[in-house]
Amino acid sequence: MFSFRSPDLARRLLETIRARSTRPVRLMEFCGGHTHAILRYGIPALLPPTVELRSGPGCPVCVTSAEDLGQAVALALLPDIILTTFGDMVRVPGSRGTGPASLAEAKAAGADVRVVYSPLDALHIARQNPSRKVIFLGVGFETTAPMVASAVLVAEAEGLENFYVYSTHKLTPPATRAILEAGEVALDGIIGPGHVTTVIGANAWRFLPEKYGIPCAVAGFEPLDVLQAILALVEMAEERRPAVVNAYRRSVTEEGNRPAQEAMARVFRVVEASWRGFGPIPESGLDLRPEYARFDARRTFPVEMPPAREPPGCRCGEVLRGVLFPDECPLFGRACTPLNPVGPCMVSAEGACAAYYRFGGRERWKK
Amino acid sequence: MEEVIRLAHGAGGRMMAELIRDLFVPPLDNSYLRQMADAALLELGDARLAISTDSFVVRPLFFPGGDIGSLAVYGTVNDLAMVGARPLWLTAGFILEEGLELEVLAQVVRSMAGAARTAGVLVVAGDTKVVERGHGDGLYINTTGVGVVPAGVEIGPEHGRPGDVVLLSGTIGDHGIAVLSQREGLGFETALRSDSAPLHGLVETLLRAAPHTHTLRDPTRGGLAAVLNELAAASGVGIELDEAAIPVRPAVRAACEMLGFDPLDVANEGKLVAFVPEEEAEPALEALRSHPLGGDAARIGFLTDEHPGLVLARTPIGGRRVVDMPPGELLPRIC
Repeated sequence: MFSFRSPDLARRLLETIRARSTRPVRLMEFCGGHTHAILRYGIPALLPPTVELRSGPGCPVCVTSAEDLGQAVALALLPDIILTTFGDMVRVPGSRGTGPASLAEAKAAGADVRVVYSPLDALHIARQNPSRKVIFLGVGFETTAPMVASAVLVAEAEGLENFYVYSTHKLTPPATRAILEAGEVALDGIIGPGHVTTVIGANAWRFLPEKYGIPCAVAGFEPLDVLQAILALVEMAEERRPAVVNAYRRSVTEEGNRPAQEAMARVFRVVEASWRGFGPIPESGLDLRPEYARFDARRTFPVEMPPAREPPGCRCGEVLRGVLFPDECPLFGRACTPLNPVGPCMVSAEGACAAYYRFGGRERWKK
Repeated sequence: MEEVIRLAHGAGGRMMAELIRDLFVPPLDNSYLRQMADAALLELGDARLAISTDSFVVRPLFFPGGDIGSLAVYGTVNDLAMVGARPLWLTAGFILEEGLELEVLAQVVRSMAGAARTAGVLVVAGDTKVVERGHGDGLYINTTGVGVVPAGVEIGPEHGRPGDVVLLSGTIGDHGIAVLSQREGLGFETALRSDSAPLHGLVETLLRAAPHTHTLRDPTRGGLAAVLNELAAASGVGIELDEAAIPVRPAVRAACEMLGFDPLDVANEGKLVAFVPEEEAEPALEALRSHPLGGDAARIGFLTDEHPGLVLARTPIGGRRVVDMPPGELLPRIC
C-alpha cells in the first residue's frame, strides 16, 4: 500500500509531467473523492503552471436536487416513518420555507432520521421495526446503486413489506456529457472516477475521445494514482491522441463489474433526472422499475411540494459545473463554512468547497 | 429552527470544541476549568492533585483489543497521565438499560477490575442507575480519577514553545478502525486490535529522559488532527508536521483508503503526543521506544512561531496542506 505514496515515485512522476507539459491544459476530476485526494496531498501547487485542475459534479450529496431533498424531508415527517440515508445527506440545507429545511432539522423536529453506512443497515432496521415503514433515501452514482439494488432484491426475497427506496441515483457519463455540451468551461481531459468505473467499466468513457476528442484517464484515490492519470492526460493532450487510459488497473477493467451492472439493471430503469446545479439531464437517473413499484417510496408516499429554491447567494451550481473555483464564491469561508454551510458543496466530505476549505486549497493560508 | 445537540457535538472535533467554549465554560468559569487540560490540577497544601472525568458510550461494548470496561479505566487513567500525574483512585458510575444481561455487566466489571490492576489504581466509589428500555445503549460508564503530580512536573496544553519537537508514541488509528470494523454494514474485516492501554508508565519513562517536556496529550476522539489543533491554539504556536513520518499500520491505511477517512482523524486509546524541547528530543524518543507501548514512536514535526493556531503538513508526496479539526463524525465516502 505504501508504494502508492512513495515520495520518490511521486517526484519522478511530477518531473515527467513538468517535462512533458508544454501547452496549457485544463483537466477536470469528475469525482469528489479525487478532489479530496488532490487537495489533501497538496497536488495543485506541485503541478507546472500549464496544468490546471477543476472539480466536477462527482459529489452525490451535492448534486441531489433541492426538490428531492424537500421530498425526503416531507417523507421523514410522515407518521410511522423511519428515514435512513448516508450521513452527509442529513446536513444538506434545502429550500427554506415554513418547515424544516434539512433532514437534520426534520430530525430535531421529531422525525426519525437515521444515518446508515449501507442500505443493508436500512434493511436490518426494517426487520427490527415491523410496525414502522423504513425508507432508504438512495443517493449516489453507479457505486452505491448496485448496493441499493441488492437491498431491494433481498427485501423481495425475504418478503419484507415495510422497506422502501427513494431513489435519487444518478449516472456519471451523462453529467460529463452535459458539461461538454454546455461548453461553459473548455476542458482538455477528464480524470475518470475510480469507484464508478470499477462498476461501469472503462469502456463507458470511450465517448469522450470518440465523440468529443477529449482524453480520459481513470484514476484511483491515492496520490500516485492521480499523478499517473494527470501524466497520461498531459501526454495525450500533447500528442493530440485522445483515448481512454485505465490508470487504476488494480480495480478497474474494460467491462466493469457485471454482477453489479446486472443487479442495477434488474431493479432500476434509466430516466431523466434533475441535478443540482444543472437542472434536468436526459437519461441520467435511476428509478425503480414498475415490477418493484411496491418498494418505491415515490409511488407509495406521494407528497406535494412547492417548487424548491436554492439558498440565496450560493454558487454551488457553478462549482459543480467546473465554472468556478470554490474560493471564488463570495460566501466561501465567510458566510459559508463546514460548520455553517450555505450550500451542499460545503457540507459533504466529497464537496469541492469542503475540500478547499479543509485543506487550505490553493494555499489559502498564505492569503 | 432551534439549535439542538447533534451527534457531531460529541465527535471530538470543532463542534465539540465550540460547545465547550461557548456553552459550558462561560457560566461555570473558574481558574481550574480555564486550564482546559485533560485533567485539572488542584493544590492541596504542598501536594498537587489531578482530577479528571470521562464518560464511555462505545458501541459495540466488546471490540478486538478491549471493551467498555477496560476503556473506562484506561481512558481516565490516561487523562491523568497527560498532566504528568500518577493515577491512584477511580470512581465508576454505571447507567444501565433495562434488559441488559447480568452476565454482560459482570464481564464488563471483571474487565474493569483487570484493567485497574494493570494500571495500579483502585476503584473506590461507584453509582448505579437504571433507565427504561430504549433509553440507553445497554450500558454507559462514567469514571472520575484522582492522581498526584510529582514535584517539578509542569505539563500543560499551553506550555508548547516554538522550536519544540512533536513526538508521537506509535501508530495512529488502530482503535477507531478496530471498533468500526465491528459495526455492521461496512463490509470489511480486519485483524486490527484497539490500542487501548494505560499510558502513565510510558509518561514516567518519558519524563525521566525529558524532564522539561512541555505538553502531553492522548489523541482519542477526533484523532491526532483534533489534538494538534487544540494544542496549537492553547500554546499560541503553529505546528509543522511531516506526514510521511507519522506511523500508520498498513491495515489502518487500507481501511481508511476504502472508507475515505484520514488516519489523522481516527481515534486512539493508547497513544500520546508530546511537545519536547529540541535538546531533550532524542533522549525522549529513545525512552519512548524503549517502552513496550512506544516501540513505534516517531518524531513527526515541530512547533513554530509562524502561523500560530494553524497546523500545516508536508504531505508524503511533497505538497503542503492544512490539517484542520475534523468537522464531526467520520462518514464513509460514497463516490
